[in-house]
Amino acid sequence: MIEAGHFAAFLALALSLAQGVLGLRGERRTAGLLAVTAFGLMALSFLTIVNAFVTSDFSVALVANNSHTLKPMVYKIAGAWGNHEGSMAMWCLVTVGFGAAAAAMMRTGRELFEARALGVQGLLATGSLAYLLLASSPYLRLDPAPFQGAGLNPLLQDPALAIHPPMLYLGYVGYSFVFALAAAGLMEGRIDRVWAREARGWSLAAFAPLTFGIALGSYWAYYELGWGGWWFWDPVENASLMPWLIGAALLHSVVVTEKREGFAAWTALLAVLAFLFSILGAFLVRSGVLTSVHAFAVDPERGTLLLTGLLVYGGFALGLFALRAPKLEGGKAWTLLSREGALMANNVVLIVATLTVLLGTLFPLIAEAFGRTISVGEPYFNLTFVPILALILILLPVVQGWAWGKADLKGWLRWAVGGAALVLLFVLLGVGPLDIPAGAAFGLAVGVWLVGGALWELKRRAITPGRVFKLPLRVWSMTLAHVGLGLFVIGAVVETTGRYEATLALPEGGSGEVAGWTITLDEVRSIEGPNWYADRAVLTARNAGQTATLTPMKRFYPAASMPTTETAIHKTGTGDLYAALGEQRDVDGEARWVFRIYYNPLVDLLFAGVTLIGLAGLIGLWPSRRTAKPAEA
Amino acid sequence: MRARTRRLYTFGIAALLVLGAAVLAFFALRENANLFYTPEVLAENGLPQPGREVKVGGWVEPGTLTYADDGATMQFTVIDNSPSTITVRFTGVAPDLFREGQGVVATGSFDQAGTFTARQLLAKHDENYQPRELKPLEAGG
Repeated sequence: MIEAGHFAAFLALALSLAQGVLGLRGERRTAGLLAVTAFGLMALSFLTIVNAFVTSDFSVALVANNSHTLKPMVYKIAGAWGNHEGSMAMWCLVTVGFGAAAAAMMRTGRELFEARALGVQGLLATGSLAYLLLASSPYLRLDPAPFQGAGLNPLLQDPALAIHPPMLYLGYVGYSFVFALAAAGLMEGRIDRVWAREARGWSLAAFAPLTFGIALGSYWAYYELGWGGWWFWDPVENASLMPWLIGAALLHSVVVTEKREGFAAWTALLAVLAFLFSILGAFLVRSGVLTSVHAFAVDPERGTLLLTGLLVYGGFALGLFALRAPKLEGGKAWTLLSREGALMANNVVLIVATLTVLLGTLFPLIAEAFGRTISVGEPYFNLTFVPILALILILLPVVQGWAWGKADLKGWLRWAVGGAALVLLFVLLGVGPLDIPAGAAFGLAVGVWLVGGALWELKRRAITPGRVFKLPLRVWSMTLAHVGLGLFVIGAVVETTGRYEATLALPEGGSGEVAGWTITLDEVRSIEGPNWYADRAVLTARNAGQTATLTPMKRFYPAASMPTTETAIHKTGTGDLYAALGEQRDVDGEARWVFRIYYNPLVDLLFAGVTLIGLAGLIGLWPSRRTAKPAEA
Repeated sequence: MRARTRRLYTFGIAALLVLGAAVLAFFALRENANLFYTPEVLAENGLPQPGREVKVGGWVEPGTLTYADDGATMQFTVIDNSPSTITVRFTGVAPDLFREGQGVVATGSFDQAGTFTARQLLAKHDENYQPRELKPLEAGG
């Protein structure tokens, strides 16, 4: 079976190469057919890998190294991409998948342009398929086959993490087609309205799953690692944040190209960078050049190959850009105080923020070159990334109503007074009844400002309340994304500044106090699951009439001889009461169990906000009546 | 506004922002980049400024793990291939693979007396992963 898959992948490689060559020569129809066929073959190939996992075929080396007969079926399937080789196969599948989808769905009326975009996509697919087949083949056999597999890393046996990689890859690899569109547009020397309409759709198609992927990863880290936090500024996390930030900049810039034919060169550059940063992310995660708290199979040799790929793609695209960008048309005239100016400010800030993340992520490497071992942690990012990003968050509600070309500034005083009043209100509330730090009060004000501003803009565009639901979907998409951003800011600020944590070491029957809750340890019992056994603690938490039972676990997976922490979370309505079970300690002859208890206020609001941003991306993808028609040539 | 003037303003604003970010980043890195100390490095370079966040790493010396605060706080000694040691205190749940004799990396700060209070402990993650800072130690040992 797996040999059939191996063969299919080789065929897909050959077809992708042909798609690349013929596409670049302008044969739209043939390139499209090749893309669809390559996708069919790669899908077949991927299914043989999944099948090997489902049937626990341990003669396949990948399955023997990463699966186990006792594993639940859903994790057998997810195990197919829970490792380097399998995830690279998925990367290839998504790459050819976007090619096939583009072949079927592109409607610009420009045959040569579409053919070239498919051609570039074919070459990108050729690159990743060659990497898959030569450097990280999932199709290798073992002889003799072992009787049992080594099991999937137990940390990864989790529902959120089963769908986290596919989502993330849809995002990362989705930008490959945006890259292809930019390359094709630059070859033609036309980055205009028609180009932008196409590019905007594909950017959203990458941005929405990337947002969900990051949210899932963050949520997983929150409840599975047992550290109570949701973002650690770890290199692996930063690797996914950087393409997201550039993708967000691109979504704002491509609108100017679509509506005013402005920012053409800049938009093309961002389209290229989004994918280059995705590959950079893969390189940082897979090469092991940086210390990460998240477990990944690393291999320096593969890192070198990825870096080579990055340089080749980057060199090609940036070279093309340098050659063609100066010849692009400038679009309609605008002044600084206009929607164009506002979107430009948005872009500059997002890119500078991305650069601070890049610097913080790579700085340990730079320092190591000078012989010093250092790491860069959360304080650095809080001091650079956060205030820089705050700049646009504060400006957003004011400038989002500005007109194209030249803004009418009549209402600016009202905004200034409203904003100042809001900040003052929260700072007063902060030092007064709420008793929170000034930074937190300011953060809250920004969050409310964003949500209010987004709703205000919706109302302004609708003119009368009755017409709100007749507004185009893309206005709704924008509003929801900005409301989501505001909710995220409120949740993040409240969670970060209001988090309460404590460590309790309790004997059975003992109790302790955390954040107003009395926590009693009723018992600790041994239980057994399909492929693990565990110590399971039963905690009773009481707070002013409220009672909750928390059952955190410490699991042990014999196949991987590895323990994991299963946290228990009680939703109080305004936050999470969160318990993680630690080890048993022998204190003065008495057995005590260690617990880490957290109270995380409004943490759900933060995840809801990010989810809303992802959903807004999906809504933006929905074709509206006006753009559904085939565009004129 | 003429395109040239506008471009001038645009670049001006962008340059200002980049400059501001660079200054921020410079100070943030100077204050917040965590240096890594092994017992040997500590003996050579002396104690860092008390309260400043740094990382220490090495092996947990067998037989030195004790508990305080009714068991919530643990204390142990970190060693490497040198005669010097570092005493580490940590309140919280130890990582799953934390053991005496195993490698550990702790983030936190020293006090005046040279005791290290850890905010976070990292141990070997699984069979295939361990904190990068420990690799040279392992190779040397």
